[in-house]
Amino acid sequence: MTLKASDLTEGKAHTARLVEDLKRTQIVQYAGASGDYNPLHSDEVFTTKVAGYPSVFAHGMLTMGMTGKMLTDYVGDGRLTKYGVRFTNQVWPGDSLEATATLENIEDVDGQKLANFEVVTTNQDGAVVLKGYAQARVD
Amino acid sequence: MAVKKFPIEASHIMMFARAVGDDNEIYYDEEHAKGTEPGSIIAPPTFMQASAQFDPDYFLRPPVDGDGWFGSGGKPSGAKPKPEGEKSGGGGGGGLHAEQHFEYHRHPKPGDVLTATSKPGKTWVKEGKRSGKLTFSEGITEYRDQNGELVITAKGVGVATERPVDQ
Repeated sequence: MTLKASDLTEGKAHTARLVEDLKRTQIVQYAGASGDYNPLHSDEVFTTKVAGYPSVFAHGMLTMGMTGKMLTDYVGDGRLTKYGVRFTNQVWPGDSLEATATLENIEDVDGQKLANFEVVTTNQDGAVVLKGYAQARVD
Repeated sequence: MAVKKFPIEASHIMMFARAVGDDNEIYYDEEHAKGTEPGSIIAPPTFMQASAQFDPDYFLRPPVDGDGWFGSGGKPSGAKPKPEGEKSGGGGGGGLHAEQHFEYHRHPKPGDVLTATSKPGKTWVKEGKRSGKLTFSEGITEYRDQNGELVITAKGVGVATERPVDQ
């Protein structure tokens, strides 16, 4: 399924739930797959006693990866041309996240339509944990 | 990070997609993938981050003998004491990830062998309300394929905090 420019209007928003009650095991799974074994994400003893945080927390890139699923499910496989984010708050075990892509505009570059989206991911308290943009080829 | 050889492999893509909670069949089912627009399994959008697996000196992976790894073992940290005057940033793990940007020239697929070359970008300092002085530094990484073609341009921004981020 791919997205059509004719179905998009400025300000149109698409929202998806990313995770309910994020588990420590998923964070460990991400560490293993990505190769980022920073103990801040899996080692509660180090993170609380040495680094001074209340518990381990998720890799920013796990949130970006989960948010990426919302985007690719929406725009279609292999359609992203740009995707960038800022990590604005930490994501903790137990968090539930929701992500939204909102259309900013559609540009035409050499006959190819490119849709620009604002991307925002929030937690169960409404705090923004990730903020960024994505661009995708649309038909 | 500099990575001489980042082979894109189907099983690695499957594991990575699972870890980010993505059950899209294009990341594990070759037969399904043939019928999609890309026509094959492709890497999910943030997969380049996993090139760390192929960086022989990646500092956030314990060394094979575990010696000197800064995570907990018998003690809360296994880090060797730092020489006098050398301080690490808050957060205890070489800083935090502040931003990440990808530009896709195409989406890599199993069989591709990428090479990553990195160069430092800008650095800047900001006073943070929740974590003291923040030192940001940018790194730009180009991923090229076996034919020397640019596949993905990535820009990462790391931040070293003066103290752990207030909650």
